[in-house]
Amino acid sequence: MGIDRRSFIKIAGLSAIFGLGGKAAFELLAPGDVDASLKDIPLTQANTWGMVVDTNKMTDEIMVACKSACHKEHNVPEWGDSRLEVKWIWTDTYEHTFPNQGHNYLDEQFAEKHFLVLCNHCDFPPCCRVCPTKATWKREDGIVMMDQHRCIGCRFCMAACPFGARSFNWGDPQKAPIELNPQFPTNPDYPTRTKGVVEKCNFCAERIARGLIPACVEAANAVEEDSLVFGDLDDHGSKVRGLLRSNYAIRRKAELGTGPNIYYIV
Amino acid sequence: MLDKAIKGSGTYWSWIIFLVVLMVVGFGFYLLQWFQGLMVTGMGRDVSWGFYIGQLTYFVGIAAGGVMVVLPYYLHDYKAFGRVTVLGEFLAVGAIIMCGLFVMVDLGQLPRMLNLVLHPNLTSILFYDFIVLNVYMLMNIIIGWNVLSAEQKGVQYQKWVKVLCYISIPWAFSIHTVTAFLYAGIPGRHYWLTAIMAARFLASAFASGPALLIILCLIVRKFTRFDPAKEQIRTLGGIVAYAMILNVFFMLLELFTAFYSQIPGHMHSIVYLFSGLEGHGKLVPLMWTAAFFAVVSLILLIIPAARRKESVLLAACILVIISTWIDKGFGLVVGGFIPNPFERVVEYWPTVPEICISIGVWATGFFVITILYKMAVSVKEEIAP
Repeated sequence: MGIDRRSFIKIAGLSAIFGLGGKAAFELLAPGDVDASLKDIPLTQANTWGMVVDTNKMTDEIMVACKSACHKEHNVPEWGDSRLEVKWIWTDTYEHTFPNQGHNYLDEQFAEKHFLVLCNHCDFPPCCRVCPTKATWKREDGIVMMDQHRCIGCRFCMAACPFGARSFNWGDPQKAPIELNPQFPTNPDYPTRTKGVVEKCNFCAERIARGLIPACVEAANAVEEDSLVFGDLDDHGSKVRGLLRSNYAIRRKAELGTGPNIYYIV
Repeated sequence: MLDKAIKGSGTYWSWIIFLVVLMVVGFGFYLLQWFQGLMVTGMGRDVSWGFYIGQLTYFVGIAAGGVMVVLPYYLHDYKAFGRVTVLGEFLAVGAIIMCGLFVMVDLGQLPRMLNLVLHPNLTSILFYDFIVLNVYMLMNIIIGWNVLSAEQKGVQYQKWVKVLCYISIPWAFSIHTVTAFLYAGIPGRHYWLTAIMAARFLASAFASGPALLIILCLIVRKFTRFDPAKEQIRTLGGIVAYAMILNVFFMLLELFTAFYSQIPGHMHSIVYLFSGLEGHGKLVPLMWTAAFFAVVSLILLIIPAARRKESVLLAACILVIISTWIDKGFGLVVGGFIPNPFERVVEYWPTVPEICISIGVWATGFFVITILYKMAVSVKEEIAP
């Protein structure tokens, strides 16, 4: 019956983070709903959320679907200008995704292949270390979270992130070119941001809290099962761990010691 | 004493009005930035710090450089500098005001700035930078004010002021060390990830700070009856010479490590800055100007007969200021972001609003320096025989 202290704090914290005051918070905290959403769902109790990208199964079509689902879910505007661009998840080629790991004799097919990139939700995130106001921090479940109401927009985190995973709102997202954003916001249940704050992938914390898998994973699996897998890296029995046991996987810039939690099966 | 700043000649008032006009223009452009966001600058997702943070870095150096008159006076009992310590302290105050303003105009959400104090993160270097810079500014205001008013009354300043002076000396080193740590501890930005960053910062600070001070002393001599005197200026010239030698030496150390090791990441930014990368080379002419000016200034500074001529020293100081400004106020910050984490080259160039806002901030800093100097010089003129 009811919810335990831990879950309460989690949900209350989440509500606060997303500015879910009033009705939304009550809805989320309504005992019946919470019981239902937490039951049988080990999702909300992970220690280290992580992702495995199976690059053999990944196709350009899937990656487009991932990006579209994510950006729709989180009201990420389209600026039509690479300088102002806000990106939570996108793609790049091998030599740019894994710099210094290419060689002259790389198979052409592989060299031109695109890879899905997003925040690595590092074990030791430099972005959180440098943030002067604790506007970004590492949650107990491993998610590197952002509080857009706390952020002062100093962009130290953007300088610190070795993965280019963070975006700044150089302008007001509401004022992004209307022809590129015919329907904005795309998801009325998720907040839009103000200008002057940093944002990034949040591993769909708002969906996880409701017992749903991240939007990109859902979109990827709708096309090709297990092309993108999400789970608890600390859980020996999880699917992500199973994949890492039976496949060779690499991470981006592991040599920097930040402990990235996105794995790429190659 | 502040009353001295409102009694001045026509030249003084013209200068003040000129600065105020620049401040107003800068503020106008800031309003544009305020309403449209930082998209009005040249910064973007790849080069996410630019001109503003470059100026912050450079003027922390100018502020720290002020200690080069305080240290010889208090630690080496070099009496001659007693005449000019207050000028060094007031220069530091103006410089730090510029630093604070450059941080403020760079913030995306200025109204939330107090979060720095309300929710401090003890692992963030920016938090410590905020503290050391503000404390250093306060120290210099208190010291300068007390020493000057004691001088006006013809008495010795109180003992605690002297204690504060002693504390302010290592503190000056700390402000630039902490500012270097903003950069030097970041994984994945190879150009910044160097153990001698703080040493380089200090060397360039002790060249550029005293160089600016020499120029200010010469201006003070030209426009007022107070003469900071030949010996003081000559000694400062020697300090600039030594510091500039170290500054260039440290830069050469960086070049050796990068190019002898041949590690691509260590070379990329430097190659971008000095010869361009993948066909992009916007900063190349600037960086070679800096290198050329550094060499010429060194020749002028190292030859004693040249350095001792005040006109030559003035020219050398101008070259030092331009050279260190390009290196630290522009190339350092921008170069660190190029290539980006995906090893792509995305260039940066400041926009008109960005430059105008910066001019407004510089004008504000020099406005403060002018007022403080006017006050100091008037007191010194008054007590002069």
